[in-house]
Amino acid sequence: MTGTTISNFFFILAGMAYLAGMAGYIAYLFQQREKMHKTAFLMICAGALLHLATLCMESVHMGTLPVHNLHQNLSIAAFALATVFILLRIRFNLKILGIVIAPLIVLVMTAALVVPKSLPAHAPALKGFWLVSHVLLIFAGEAALAIACGAGILYLLQERAIKSKKRGFFYKRLPSLDLLDSTSYSCIVTGFTLLTFGLITGLVYAKSVWGTFWSWDPKEIWSAVTWLIYAALLHGRLTSGWRGRRSAVFTIIGFAVLLFTFLGVNLFIGGHHQGFTN
Amino acid sequence: MADTTRDLQINGNTMSEIVLMGINHKTAPVELREALSFTREEVIFTLEELKRNDAIDEVLLVSTCNRTELLLVPALDHAPAEAKEFLSAYKKIPLSRFNEALYTYRGDEAVKHLFRVTSSLDSMIVGEPQILGQVKEAYRTATTCNASSVILNRLLHKSFSIAKKVRRETGIGDNAVSISYAAIELASKIFTRMETKKVMLLGAGEMAEIAVEHLISHGVRKIAVANRTFKNAVLLAEKFNGEAVSFEEREDCIERVDIIISSTGALDHVITAEKVKKAMRARKNRPLFFIDIAVPRDIDPAINKIANCYLYDIDDLQEVVNDNLHERKKEALKGERLVEEAVIKFHQWLEDLKVVPTIVAIKDKIDAIIEGETEKTLASLHSLSKEESDAIRRMNRAITSKIMHDPILFLKNSGEHRKDSFYISAARHLFNLDNNNE
Repeated sequence: MTGTTISNFFFILAGMAYLAGMAGYIAYLFQQREKMHKTAFLMICAGALLHLATLCMESVHMGTLPVHNLHQNLSIAAFALATVFILLRIRFNLKILGIVIAPLIVLVMTAALVVPKSLPAHAPALKGFWLVSHVLLIFAGEAALAIACGAGILYLLQERAIKSKKRGFFYKRLPSLDLLDSTSYSCIVTGFTLLTFGLITGLVYAKSVWGTFWSWDPKEIWSAVTWLIYAALLHGRLTSGWRGRRSAVFTIIGFAVLLFTFLGVNLFIGGHHQGFTN
Repeated sequence: MADTTRDLQINGNTMSEIVLMGINHKTAPVELREALSFTREEVIFTLEELKRNDAIDEVLLVSTCNRTELLLVPALDHAPAEAKEFLSAYKKIPLSRFNEALYTYRGDEAVKHLFRVTSSLDSMIVGEPQILGQVKEAYRTATTCNASSVILNRLLHKSFSIAKKVRRETGIGDNAVSISYAAIELASKIFTRMETKKVMLLGAGEMAEIAVEHLISHGVRKIAVANRTFKNAVLLAEKFNGEAVSFEEREDCIERVDIIISSTGALDHVITAEKVKKAMRARKNRPLFFIDIAVPRDIDPAINKIANCYLYDIDDLQEVVNDNLHERKKEALKGERLVEEAVIKFHQWLEDLKVVPTIVAIKDKIDAIIEGETEKTLASLHSLSKEESDAIRRMNRAITSKIMHDPILFLKNSGEHRKDSFYISAARHLFNLDNNNE
């Protein structure tokens, strides 16, 4: 068995663990048994460990971070999502968040499995402190913002249930508005900080490679737009108390733009980071 | 008469022994329930009296405002009739007045009824938690009066564990079924940490005050009270350990509080949407929860449209309560299933209870005969040494246990479809276990 087949095998195992985790969370949503979400969480943890093994093997195999094609990028995105979710879950004890995040992880994993794994003939050497920092920070930040978006969606569901006085399926199962809002806020603060440092390290790397910090590349422009949206959200929250529904809607819009920056720019526009969606 | 007693103990379905008689909110109007309710002293007196009756082995009396239940383990057939007569005489109510409302369950039915009562499946508000404590109290009284014994001890302990199981495994106690509690439940879906929240009570009224008490028990520490009569505000504030606010200041307080409970007699809105909008800006949109218990309403309904403001009036809360009651009834069906299982288990235990004493009685009787005859014979055989006498005693004991082995095994190994009580009864007749004193 070659290194690649073993790492593929681990990748599939990780995917299956995530899938089991998702099933556990869905069962928990309906049945509300403590055991279910505990098992589901353990499954996500197991998935993340297996996934880490895959990524380590690939890194060793390639001698660099495995971020050379869409498959690898999606795979790292799923891993970042799982890891940040695990950390947040430990920090906030917000069980129900898994119901949004686990399916998202599975979705990204499936996408990673489906897209072709072609490697560019001569992969650019994605090495060096600035580049590795840039990649890791951006992925972690995006994962935190994805979770903020998840909490935002749950907030909107719960807010609707209370305001409309209909309550219903989600009302019982979701935690308080306060908790959802503060979780979302913490995720945004974390995600925004990581994103900021990720962009700075990216700029430094650009300077070292292309001799200029900023070259009006579409990816750069959209990254700036994304950053500004979250900056505006945080500003609004701190100065004029944008919270609750408005904050949740903003978080979801922000994440949609972020998704476009992450995938859309490469698929529809082009520019730097061409290896990204090979 | 003596024969009937024994037949009752031995024959047929042994569960028919337990008898439960009672009235409850479904069968009797409140006047009758009041007339047949017992204070603790009266319960003790009743237990003492009924225990003294030869027809009754064990007895327990539960009396709450919604029900009076008398649980009997009779020794004689006419025990229920005697108990009824006693109740009628003691409470000075002619039997004809309550006989129709009185239900009498026997055997499995009685066990099932008791399990349903303690599990709160038979309650007026299904799932209300007080009944378990009330039955426990009644049981404690029965034990202190020595009115309960083997069967009731076991039965009551089983009823407590099934009650806990039903509460644990179904959602019958999950959702609020009172207006004030429904309000608190909603508050906990808006706020996380009640300890940091501040409540303002406008006006006064039982429901509003209960809601405030619930909030305090959920951790709320800061209470402000406003009332048109400032003196009343001061009195209420003292009660809740809060601060009194003059009624004119009420709208300025919105900025500082998180939950507002209103229950004034005002004919117009005492809190308007404009003031709330202004306050929301000042409080940087931190959420506000309005609970309007007043009729006519105190709080402008338009407030519910303002972002981060939530308003529930009494009709909204009533709807929450109705939904929750409906939900509890659905959960109660699961509870009924658990109760059925427990009844079957208890039935089995009662059956087992009958096998063991029968075997013991047979063994005792045979042992006594063998021992008596052996000693009589040995006493006349002077030539035997002590070792030789002991050998004969051992031999006789071995013969007994070998002869007894198969019949005992047969009695113990009840088959799935065998009617054990029939064979136990046959064995008792065979060895004449029940007439040997005559």
